[in-house]
Amino acid sequence: MSIQPILEVEDFSKTFMLHEQGKELPSSHSVFLKAYPGRLTALIGPTGAGKSTVLKGIYRTYLPTSGRMMFTTEQGQQIDLATADEHQILELRKEEIGFVTQFLHTLPRQSTEDVVAMPLIKKGISREIALEKAREILGQLNLPERLWAVSPATFSGGEKQRVNLARGLLAQPRLLLLDEPTASLDPKTTDRVVELINNLKQTGTAMIAIFHDMDLVEKLADDVVELAPPIGTENFFNSDTNENA
Amino acid sequence: MSNEKVLEVRNLSKVYGKGCAKCFESTGPEHNTNICPHCGSIVAAHDISFDLYKGEILGIMGESGSGKSTSVKNLFFDEIPTSGQATFFDDGKQYDLFSLNAQQKRHLRNHRFGMVYQNPVLGLNFNVSAGGNIAERLLMSNLTNYSEIRERAIELLRRTEVLTERMDEMPKNFSGGMQQRVQIAKALATNPPLLFLDEVTTGLDLSVQAAILDLIMEIQRESQTAMIVVTHDLGVIRLLAGRTIVMKYGRIIETGLTDQILEDPQDAYTQRLVASAL
Repeated sequence: MSIQPILEVEDFSKTFMLHEQGKELPSSHSVFLKAYPGRLTALIGPTGAGKSTVLKGIYRTYLPTSGRMMFTTEQGQQIDLATADEHQILELRKEEIGFVTQFLHTLPRQSTEDVVAMPLIKKGISREIALEKAREILGQLNLPERLWAVSPATFSGGEKQRVNLARGLLAQPRLLLLDEPTASLDPKTTDRVVELINNLKQTGTAMIAIFHDMDLVEKLADDVVELAPPIGTENFFNSDTNENA
Repeated sequence: MSNEKVLEVRNLSKVYGKGCAKCFESTGPEHNTNICPHCGSIVAAHDISFDLYKGEILGIMGESGSGKSTSVKNLFFDEIPTSGQATFFDDGKQYDLFSLNAQQKRHLRNHRFGMVYQNPVLGLNFNVSAGGNIAERLLMSNLTNYSEIRERAIELLRRTEVLTERMDEMPKNFSGGMQQRVQIAKALATNPPLLFLDEVTTGLDLSVQAAILDLIMEIQRESQTAMIVVTHDLGVIRLLAGRTIVMKYGRIIETGLTDQILEDPQDAYTQRLVASAL
């Protein structure tokens, strides 16, 4: 393939050290993956395979235990996300890397349309234009108009997910991480999401997404990476006697 | 956020008491105390180093007595540090904070820094009106025309959502949340590039807290003000700070991106702190 990856994850591993219990909990082990502009890499595998851990590692919500995550910036600079300076990561989050999680933390008084428009406003786009675009995508995701001016704090899971998606997709980052983006959506809205993700691909956004629904993998993925639970974790969950304790 | 550095702190230490040669080696998290067993001095902060960039909100988190407020008070010249360095970068100039003379310090405090205390009594003059408090600060910063000062005070109070009809009232007539907003308005009067916020929402109603947090975010967005937010409230940290420092017994025990500190804390103490709060 002639296109260069925007992100290259090599031998990524993450083990949590739980000090209180004096235990180590391996979560991801030796993961390799690449993300390309305009393509979607699907992460699949059973629960406990460390799929979310990989995404959180790339976003640096988790500190990788080992491995490299080479990201190529818009200016062509190569940055290892595993070791990059925190200010650099914050800058990348603002300009280039987006994350649609299953959780939504917002400021108490912020309206839904403001939440969705915020990444654009932070990038320097005028409030009016940003809000216009926010409303447009909220409409596309079938979020009832009466909710747009309300804070999403009291929304249902499906509604929150739509707000998260709207915000993540609207920002059009160069790399977008999606953690089960359609987990709590109805089929009709899921179809819309498929459409929007395909549109975003056309603009050149690289995506890494976790899916459980193989149907979606079929529809959206250009590359598939399958993860298996790290060796030894079965024992961790099952053993009642811990020799190291 | 731009890459302009606003503040650089290196090895800041503050000891209360006469101190001895063994103070630092016998205190800290590993000794479970900040009181020197040899001379009884209190090591309130030791070896504090960090950078702050334009438009960034840095959180300092820790329990009472961890030294988080001490660190900020030293930077605002409320206290005199025992040792260490701090450089403030402003408009192409740089100031070695701890070697300035009294007049230079006053200048920075009045013009370029803002401080909001947990206790409004420390930040407000209770003998003059709300508007007067703001005017006081504006007067110190060369604005002398009465109507201009009044206009600016009205603008600031409006921005912090204090009813301007009440600007001539004394702060003691205001609710706690309102006093806090007047304090923020006062701190913002000179458009300072650096703002210190010490437990500003502690003790306020949840709805009032929300309004204040909202206001702080708005200020950051609109003015690119660099801020240091001292709090023991993980919720405040999560909403406001991009990066967070965790302190215990006067030491920094962990620094990281705020979401990383909350979701993947490395230190045993931070893990306990986060686990007990969520």
